[in-house]
Amino acid sequence: MIELRNITKRFANVLANDSVSFKVAPGTIHAIVGENGAGKSTAMRIAYGFYTADSGEILINGEVREIRTPHDAIALGIGMVHQHFMLVEPMTVAENIVLGAEPGSAVSLDLRKAGEEIRRVSDEFKLSVNPTATIESLSVGQQQRVELLKALYRHAQLLILDEPTAVLTPQEVEEFFAILRSMREQGKTIVIITHKLSEVLAISDNVTVMRDGKVVGDLKTSETNAADLARLMVGREVLLRVEKPAAKPADVVLSLKGLSILGRDGSKRVDNVSFEVRAGEIVGIAGVEGNGQTELIEALAGLIPASYITGTISFVGRDITQTDARKRKELGIAHVPEDRHRRGLLLDFSLAENTILGGHYRRPAVQANGVLLDQKGIQQRTDQVIRDFDVRPPNAALPARALSGGNQQKLIIGREFELPPKLLLVSQPTRGVDIGAIEFIHRKIVALRDSGCAVLLVSAELEEVTALSDRLLVIHKGKIAGEVDPTVTGNEEIGLMMTGGKH
Amino acid sequence: MIKKCPVCERTYSDESISFCLADGALLSAPEKTDAAPTAVLPSSLRPTEQSKQPALTPTMTSLTPPEPVLPVGADKPPRLPRTNPLVNLGREILFPLIAVIAAFIVGGVVILIIGDSPIQTYKLLIGSAFSWPDGIGYTLFNATPLIFTGLAVAVAFRCGLLNIGAEGQLYVAAFAAAWVGFKFGAQDPGNNVITPFFHLPAIVLVPLCCIAAIAAGAIWGGIPGLLKAKFGSHEVINTIMLNFIAVALLSYFTQYHYKVPGDPIMQTTPISPSADLTHLGKFIPGLPARIPLNLAFLLAILACVLVYVFLWKTKWGYEMRATGANPSAAEYGGVSIRKQIILAMAISGGLAGMVGINEVLGYRHRYYDGFSANYGFVGIAVALLGRNHPVGVFLAAILFAILLRGGIFVDAFTMHVSKDIVDMLQGIVIVFVAAEAMFRGPLKQFGLFKKAKI
Amino acid sequence: MRQILTFSLLFSTIRLSTPLVLAAIGGLYSERSGVINIALEGLLLAGAFTAASVTYYAHSPWVGLGWAIVAGAAVAAIIAVACIRFKADQVVTGTGINILFIGLPAVLSGALFLSSGSTPQIPKENLLPDLAHLLPFLPSWRILTDVSIISVLALVVVFVTRYVLYHTPFGLRLRAVGENPEAADAAGVAVNRMRYVGVIMSGALAGIGGAYLSIGQSSLFTRNMAAGRGFIALAALIFGKWRPVQTMLACLLFGLADALTIQMQGVAKLPSGEDIPVQFIQMIPYVVTIIVLAGFIGQSRAPKALGTPYQKER
Repeated sequence: MIELRNITKRFANVLANDSVSFKVAPGTIHAIVGENGAGKSTAMRIAYGFYTADSGEILINGEVREIRTPHDAIALGIGMVHQHFMLVEPMTVAENIVLGAEPGSAVSLDLRKAGEEIRRVSDEFKLSVNPTATIESLSVGQQQRVELLKALYRHAQLLILDEPTAVLTPQEVEEFFAILRSMREQGKTIVIITHKLSEVLAISDNVTVMRDGKVVGDLKTSETNAADLARLMVGREVLLRVEKPAAKPADVVLSLKGLSILGRDGSKRVDNVSFEVRAGEIVGIAGVEGNGQTELIEALAGLIPASYITGTISFVGRDITQTDARKRKELGIAHVPEDRHRRGLLLDFSLAENTILGGHYRRPAVQANGVLLDQKGIQQRTDQVIRDFDVRPPNAALPARALSGGNQQKLIIGREFELPPKLLLVSQPTRGVDIGAIEFIHRKIVALRDSGCAVLLVSAELEEVTALSDRLLVIHKGKIAGEVDPTVTGNEEIGLMMTGGKH
Repeated sequence: MIKKCPVCERTYSDESISFCLADGALLSAPEKTDAAPTAVLPSSLRPTEQSKQPALTPTMTSLTPPEPVLPVGADKPPRLPRTNPLVNLGREILFPLIAVIAAFIVGGVVILIIGDSPIQTYKLLIGSAFSWPDGIGYTLFNATPLIFTGLAVAVAFRCGLLNIGAEGQLYVAAFAAAWVGFKFGAQDPGNNVITPFFHLPAIVLVPLCCIAAIAAGAIWGGIPGLLKAKFGSHEVINTIMLNFIAVALLSYFTQYHYKVPGDPIMQTTPISPSADLTHLGKFIPGLPARIPLNLAFLLAILACVLVYVFLWKTKWGYEMRATGANPSAAEYGGVSIRKQIILAMAISGGLAGMVGINEVLGYRHRYYDGFSANYGFVGIAVALLGRNHPVGVFLAAILFAILLRGGIFVDAFTMHVSKDIVDMLQGIVIVFVAAEAMFRGPLKQFGLFKKAKI
Repeated sequence: MRQILTFSLLFSTIRLSTPLVLAAIGGLYSERSGVINIALEGLLLAGAFTAASVTYYAHSPWVGLGWAIVAGAAVAAIIAVACIRFKADQVVTGTGINILFIGLPAVLSGALFLSSGSTPQIPKENLLPDLAHLLPFLPSWRILTDVSIISVLALVVVFVTRYVLYHTPFGLRLRAVGENPEAADAAGVAVNRMRYVGVIMSGALAGIGGAYLSIGQSSLFTRNMAAGRGFIALAALIFGKWRPVQTMLACLLFGLADALTIQMQGVAKLPSGEDIPVQFIQMIPYVVTIIVLAGFIGQSRAPKALGTPYQKER
């Protein structure tokens, strides 16, 4: 169906694909696995015309084809569902599906005819969605169906799915796989990009393993097993088994009572949540993304205006519900934000200037006069963070943009850990971070806990929260669905709680 | 090198695996310990620390948690980009320079089309500024308001805001300076339009007028800041609207309240002589007093220095720049974005307002309706061309002042070209500076400005 | 008050709104595609100057109008290349174009007509006609004699735009590109091509608006004759929430304020018997805009990708 031959692609200073070659047989489900940054998505985005390769060629049904834009790919029967959905939110389902392949003439858009076609396709593959609903009114799962319909509407024979299960709960994943199998029965070819080995084994016929931009294995799924695959890709789940001594919880540091948070649209994002975090323990929050975790952490860090919040937040016995972000930091609340590019860093500022963010108004960043910046103090502080947290390259004058994801994250963690904090709020600590940095960051978090800090951890990776947490709270639709001991309760059961299935 | 799992006794040959893939137990430490790699790998892909980390001891078998040993300085740091300040400076200056040259080339084509010699026109346009004392004196005088508006736009820009309202701010400020000037100081005998409240001496009145100008500009600039901070309405539209409102409002006050009756010109009554700002001719031998270059020019240089210190050497400037670079991150760092927006717009307005000092106290000695030669808008070009840096702003302001001065001579001594060529060139410069990526491509082809690899 | 609320107020509102509507609808095409068009002022001036100059030589308003459209589109193409191809800051580029068209027409008219910034008078028979002129067999009602053909055209443009935006593939793509260019790209829409079309359309329409200023409403080009109408059009576009009909209504509101300014001069009295200073009436649209922006518009949504160039890693 499709074959990649010697595809090479370089971004600025990273070799994302290094002579990548593999073949996908028609009518199969083909998995591409590899850890973050292995080059899976890049290869498939090249196949879809989103990027152009520096060298190499793509064959469709045995013929060399030039795919320069998604338009070319669509014409060749290729459809792609991206990890971040490519949907225009204020427009309707039908409008999104027909966009770029509109029925009717150039002067008249026939949405009714489109509606019929959409209904036909959605019946065929059992993907029911209301064509007249706007995208923003749909759930994530439904939006994913719209993406599938978009490709099927264009008569895609080859469907590329980039991490399709990332936004789904374990139960939804089962349904989704059923849909994929029925598509295969109808003769479609499916390429699924993932880093989860269990999914590869459950759904695929063949599997290509990538590492560091290269193909390191091409196997039949039936002839392989998780251990082999993991060895090939350097098993991510395995690495997540963090070794840590038992927690010694001490006094209550953070206490929430009946905390509710409203979104900007007035809806309740966090609903009547109460829990405590003690010094010397890591409390994890598990949940499908978008169930209130972001708002909860931001509210605790003081980044959501008090007018959107009801209930009380106490920190070491003191009510801080009305306290602003700066004061909270002074009290000893550190925060590693979920999105380091949006929240955590000033990408065009130097490492030194990033190191003082949040502490820029007091010593050692300012001189005794309280106004002028203290360049020497800033330099010392930065050098200390760079040294203690192994930030590379160790040059305080570089812009933060020049660092890799892992090193950027280490810089943020270093900045926050050296406050030193009494409470650490940490969200997605290892997202988009290379393996070496993941291990390092996990060790640092555990070490901080052992030094007597309270830690509240949010992560979309279930393996990460279960591995790091001493206690685990499951959040669903802004409510705490239950508390479990991650060493006792299995991931299946936690997954069920994440969907609101069980209390 | 073979690693072995202590629990299930599986063996692994892959060096990068440190855990057993079957049961997750830590593999026993490799026998080889001195294998520190000497080659430097791309740091973003695979930190070298990994293969050197001592394997952690499983908790089940040991009570003491392992101390993570950091591989500090063990291997060579990656190659660092060159940070030669001279190269950086050259890079900063090069693109504005190219933009200016390109604008002059386009302008030259227009001049050619309308039937004049571009070379002769440009000779007049630029050369006229360098004669002593008139050329230099007037050029520096013309540069004064542009330095102020350029700084105004630059400060707002650094906070991520586009202040298109410097024009309105400087009008309001000029009027405020004039109002204080004729209301708080003794008038010439014979002027009976105004009855001053006080007869303040120059030593008090001049600073008071300056403060009035800065404060009025700050307020007029602060309004769109406040509107943005409170209601989220875009500062670009609001500053444009406030420009129109300022013009209408001041024309009303001038026409109905402070004009000398019978005066056909839309201007207020003169300010008190005690409010006059001294011309620099008084201090500089050879510079005649008729040239209006005045103390406000020194104030402009001072403003450049202060803006530099404020933005790069104080915590306040840090907060403002952080807000401009990434408001979400600034907020995370405990900076109140709303406060920064209001503050930046007020400072910007105050700087724009200082034009009023030059214009009213140093030159016309009254408020003159419509005095500004688009200073507020040209300030955008000045700031852009000057890379939103005080030094750059100063240089760009001088360049535009040269053009303004030269325009008069172009008008007089060419057949067809009028002084409007200056507006035209300014417009083209702005477009070229904004689209500087246009020049980056061709330059890259010559191998210049290769990005330093990290 | 009676004297004010007359038919002549209505007609003067229509006249004054016409260039606003054309410029604002032009801006709509650009902004819906994701490109801020703050250069409407400059585009109006480009159209106005071209129309007056060409009509002066060609003795035909239609030739003048045609070239005004070409000029508007050409200048818009420059903006498009700068902002789309070279990813220049859209507001800054627009400001540059605005300053350029204060200077350029003046330079050219100085050379062509030896005047300081204005073109010569154009005889009345060479101006853009009103309806009654174009269709002489119709009765001479004021609705026909006082309304320019361009005003009718503006009305047609509004409704055509509404149809195009919501009922054609082009409109769907234009909206998608301004809202989420990545999604549009993934769906096979050529994002930057749509944006070029959007920006150039805005130039063409603003060019017509400019032509109306110089050879419809008046009979010559004068320096800076747009006098802020481009900015008002932009405000109307935002006021009208980037929708064609609402935008037109906003333009009519601003046109009405303008018409009142003219009609009330020396007519409207304060209770004390003094004239209401004309400056205060002048200010109304600007103050209204600020209030509107702070109030209701806070809820409305600009095209999400407005102002951000589409950059895909290649």
